[in-house]
Amino acid sequence: MTPSTGAGPTLTTERPEPTPDSGIAAGPTPERTPAGVFRPRQLLEALPGAVHKLDPRHQARNPVMFVVLVGSVVTTVLAVLQPSAFAWAVAVWLWFTVLFANLAESVAEGRGKAQAATLRKAKQDTVAHRQTPTGIEEVPGSALTVGDLVVVEAGQVIPGDGDIVEGIATVDESAITGESAPVVRESGGDRSAVTGGTTALSDRIVVRITAEPGESFVDRMIALVEGAARQKTPNEIALNILLAALTIIFLLAVVAIGPMGAAAGQLQDPIRLIALLVCLIPTTIGALLSAIGIAGMDRLVQHNVLAMSGRAVEAAGDIDVLLMDKTGTITYGNRRATELHAVGAVSAEELAAAARLSSLADETPEGRSIVEMVTERFHLAAQASPAERRAELIPFTAQTRMSGVDVDGTRIRKGASGSVLAWVQEHGGSQRADAAAIATQATDLADAIGARGGTPLVVADLRTSTGQARILGVIELSDVVKPGIAQRFAELREMGIRTVMVTGDNPRTAAAIAREAGVDDVLAEATPEDKLALIRREQQGGRLVAMTGDGTNDAPALAQADVGVAMNTGTAAAKEAGNMVDLDSDPTKLIDVVRIGKQLLITRGALTTFSLANDLAKYFAILPALFSGIYPQLDALNVMRLASPASAILSAVIFNALVIIALVPLALRGVRYRATTASRLLSRNLLLSGVGGVIVPFVGIWLIDLLVRLVPGIG
Amino acid sequence: MSPALAAALQLALVVAVLAVLYVPLGDHMARTYTSRTHLRVERIGYRMVRVDPDADQSWKAYAASVLAFTLVSILGLYLLQRVQGVLPLSNGLAGVSPSVAFNTAISFATNTNWQSYVPETTMGHLTQMIGLTVQNFLSASVGMAVAVALIRGIVAVRGGGLGNFWVDLTRGVVRILLPLSIIVAIILLTQGVIMSLHTSFTATGLDGSTSAYALAPVASQEAIKELGTNGGGVLNTNSAHPFENPTPLSNVVEVIALLLIPVCLTRTFGTMVRDRRQGTVLLAVMGALWAAQLAVGLWAESSPHGVAAQAAGAMLEGKEVRFGIPSSVLFAVSTTGTSTGAVNSMHDSYTGLGGGGLLLNMLFGEIAPGGVGSGLFGILVLAVIAVFVGGLLVGRTPEYLGKKIGRREITMAALSILVMPALVLICTAVAVVLPSTSGALGNSGDPGTPGAIHGFSEVLYAFASAANNNGSAFAGITVTNDFFQIALGLAMLLGRLLPIVFILALAGSLAEQTPTPASTGTLPTRGVQFGVLLVGVVILVAALTFFPALALGPIAEALV
Repeated sequence: MTPSTGAGPTLTTERPEPTPDSGIAAGPTPERTPAGVFRPRQLLEALPGAVHKLDPRHQARNPVMFVVLVGSVVTTVLAVLQPSAFAWAVAVWLWFTVLFANLAESVAEGRGKAQAATLRKAKQDTVAHRQTPTGIEEVPGSALTVGDLVVVEAGQVIPGDGDIVEGIATVDESAITGESAPVVRESGGDRSAVTGGTTALSDRIVVRITAEPGESFVDRMIALVEGAARQKTPNEIALNILLAALTIIFLLAVVAIGPMGAAAGQLQDPIRLIALLVCLIPTTIGALLSAIGIAGMDRLVQHNVLAMSGRAVEAAGDIDVLLMDKTGTITYGNRRATELHAVGAVSAEELAAAARLSSLADETPEGRSIVEMVTERFHLAAQASPAERRAELIPFTAQTRMSGVDVDGTRIRKGASGSVLAWVQEHGGSQRADAAAIATQATDLADAIGARGGTPLVVADLRTSTGQARILGVIELSDVVKPGIAQRFAELREMGIRTVMVTGDNPRTAAAIAREAGVDDVLAEATPEDKLALIRREQQGGRLVAMTGDGTNDAPALAQADVGVAMNTGTAAAKEAGNMVDLDSDPTKLIDVVRIGKQLLITRGALTTFSLANDLAKYFAILPALFSGIYPQLDALNVMRLASPASAILSAVIFNALVIIALVPLALRGVRYRATTASRLLSRNLLLSGVGGVIVPFVGIWLIDLLVRLVPGIG
Repeated sequence: MSPALAAALQLALVVAVLAVLYVPLGDHMARTYTSRTHLRVERIGYRMVRVDPDADQSWKAYAASVLAFTLVSILGLYLLQRVQGVLPLSNGLAGVSPSVAFNTAISFATNTNWQSYVPETTMGHLTQMIGLTVQNFLSASVGMAVAVALIRGIVAVRGGGLGNFWVDLTRGVVRILLPLSIIVAIILLTQGVIMSLHTSFTATGLDGSTSAYALAPVASQEAIKELGTNGGGVLNTNSAHPFENPTPLSNVVEVIALLLIPVCLTRTFGTMVRDRRQGTVLLAVMGALWAAQLAVGLWAESSPHGVAAQAAGAMLEGKEVRFGIPSSVLFAVSTTGTSTGAVNSMHDSYTGLGGGGLLLNMLFGEIAPGGVGSGLFGILVLAVIAVFVGGLLVGRTPEYLGKKIGRREITMAALSILVMPALVLICTAVAVVLPSTSGALGNSGDPGTPGAIHGFSEVLYAFASAANNNGSAFAGITVTNDFFQIALGLAMLLGRLLPIVFILALAGSLAEQTPTPASTGTLPTRGVQFGVLLVGVVILVAALTFFPALALGPIAEALV
């Protein structure tokens, strides 16, 4: 077994080792507007867009706000025909209601615009060097079609999405990911995909274009962040239907007041009925519904995740099963040194010193982990001294299956046990008295480590002074579960999500790691087919499955999963198959995606509940105002003691409009979500939006009335 | 025995009997609708109407069967009434007038039993026995069949059918309603409920005057009148008549009978979905609303307003002294909470608050506990709405019993909920502005006077009763003019059939889904929390829809 053998893809060539909680706390990259921050100035900036949206064709898409728009028009006409302070005040505030709804949507959209502008810069038309049978021709990047081969040299912008078919290059992807560290892209394997608009920094590559013009990754990204490609998600559609039904019920209830009131002997002023209708229909959620959806997508973008559809984001909130690769997600991408086992008379310190020396110049993650461990446990220097820096590095090759250093007359080797033992034998090790016993001890140790899923590295040295090689001991490399991951899984469990660890390891090793990480289930010795079969099985049981993947192998499973998050480092096939792309290529990001999906639904639910609960107070404000002329006893319902019928109705209308603006920040930020059981979530959110929704308008309308009653002609 | 103690004992008896019968009857009904074997008598029936009892119907086929059956029932009942004059056992009565026959045919075939006629002088024994009584059984069985079809939709795994309407209809009658009716009829006979094919007898009063007292085969019809939550009396004053409801014990039996099947169906539901607590939650919600209405009603009717009532010590006008206030209110709340509509007191004479409570009980959509079958499917639709809002609040696509509430499901649920308010509000609004209406009202007066308010309440009550298929009335109103006969007839017909079609469509789309197993992330629908949410949704939907209308009627009356 070679030291670098590990299940799953290793990402080490591209990125620095992730910090233990990277991605878990993945913050927004600096150049983007941070999610959740809402500046009042945004409202002003969004005003032109909001006015533009008054177009009835736009309003007709939202039945609730369309009713408000019609009400505004009718009220305005009535106010012109029979002017009064009350009529004009209601008309103006009804227009404000419509405008505020548009404003919310514009603000939400505005946040994506800045990012779209940055992306457009990346998309600026590039010159492509297309390979033709006769040579290389220069064409505009927009003229490339699928299958074209283009040559990109150091410093050039890659003209389109594609796979590298020849060569290797470092690529600056900051235009898309916001990450400034360049990454390596090479032909073949799972890291061959390049994105149009990124820049090749070194070497020369040949890229086969995989996207038609206008359908590239950057194009889709721009459409997404601008909200142009936004389609209503299934739950949003369902909610819209419920809101439309409620609007119809309220329309009937209010229209019926006309004849009923007339029969009771009082003709009703149509403006008052329109005011009541607008107050009753769920304008709060109706006004903010599309802003919530856009902001949800935007929040994902802040997390550097691109969802190809809003449907996928919603599905993320419904996930029952989460498939996670062991390597890179649950454990660090590479095995790490966890133990030193000295053999024979060798002291642990001696072994540690040799292990350190042999690994100082070893830039593989395993090598670095050895240095880290010995500096920590044996307080040895982490940096090479000038003398040590003169050491000659013997690199690992597939033939020798070991690496090492030669320094100041000492040669140190570490590697697979068979190879190192053979090297010791070759270099006079067998002449030592206890050679056979020590060799057996080392082999036994190595076997034991292998049996528990670790990787043994045998260390030996050869001093010119003795001329005899000797075995010093064995370094145990094993998978290290990322700190905090068990807690994340516990959270997921509480949210009702089962985690399944997918690994190529044997079942015994897999089980050990699974236990440590606290996952619910393991798929060991997994082939891509096994993964696909597992997803299908879960789905047949009615469960929704999410997974991450980056290889072409993963593409079928990514496509089958309800939520498939492809790593941006992955192949074009994987990115095509998934319904989200994580630009940071951080597999734990899926947990954040789930959170955002849930938050999206909760925000909608909370505002719907709030909107409906508000109606109670509005009835108490408006009904006495409508009827106390004919039935004075109904004034008993005027529990807020509002000054006059006109001030009562106007106060309710003003409250109704202002509450939209007041809730814009909440709609954009989303209701706070904590991972807990559905039962506790429900109690908390019902209390806040339901009970709060009943109380708030009583106070709000009462306060507004205190001001409105001062207006001449109203109070 | 003090009246309060008597009332408490009656109430305790009602609750105790329901508690004892809850499990056995609920499970018997579950077995009835899940059994694969057919009784011989059932097979004969299937063969006669050429139905394959083992064929599974899609929602469309099921709905088409319900519609066809109901429309044929209406037609048959209409014709029977029209020609009763030439048939035997007509008591010498001529054919029923077209408008009454139209209204009555719809009324009995839709399980409403709104009566725009005086039975003793309109319907002969034959019409009562083979027409109205038969429909009492069949319309009740249709309601249960639809409820069971909805349950089947919930438990179906990917594309299962909703069962077979003809089998459900037959079994409901043969295995549930007939046996129970026989038992209840015998108990009522022991209490003195009459059963006679004579038309009347003449008695001489103490003052020497003679009066004729109508006789009829009452006991047999009385039992199914309550058990099937029908409510149509054989005698005009319904369960206030000593021949229909002679003793306090018969009164208790009738209250139990009308609550029995709706209450036990929640157990049937829990058993069929293999999670009994799901049924218990629904029962708890129904019970809480019923108990709250009862408490308010008792308080309102015991707090006398006005000189006469204060002199009597209670609001006794329109109530039978042999029952007193508690038994009257118990009956009234139960009859409006189910879709029965039988009365043992005149709801028109209740206080503003008391009468308003009865009205509200119907405007809840009759789910406390609702009619046979219709109560269960009614509350299940409201549960779907509650689950939808609650599901969003916990951040998951809403699921009820493993089935997702998506676009189609919420559309059907919303449409079925929309029907009743639309009918009540539109019909009431039209009725009150028609000049003909004021002449039909038992109470009227200048605008703003108590008479005018009460007159409005009578109209609102009539349409609430019709659209909810209740059948009780604020009796002051005379509904024999053509507008009321037709409008109330259509309200009953549409109020029954439209929601049924939407509910079967809902069942159909639920049946297509593969159930999702519940997890801790799923909204739990089997605890107190969900019960509270559901009560909130029921009250909020009704309150928000009808607040203005109630304000102009009962609330304005109550606040005087």
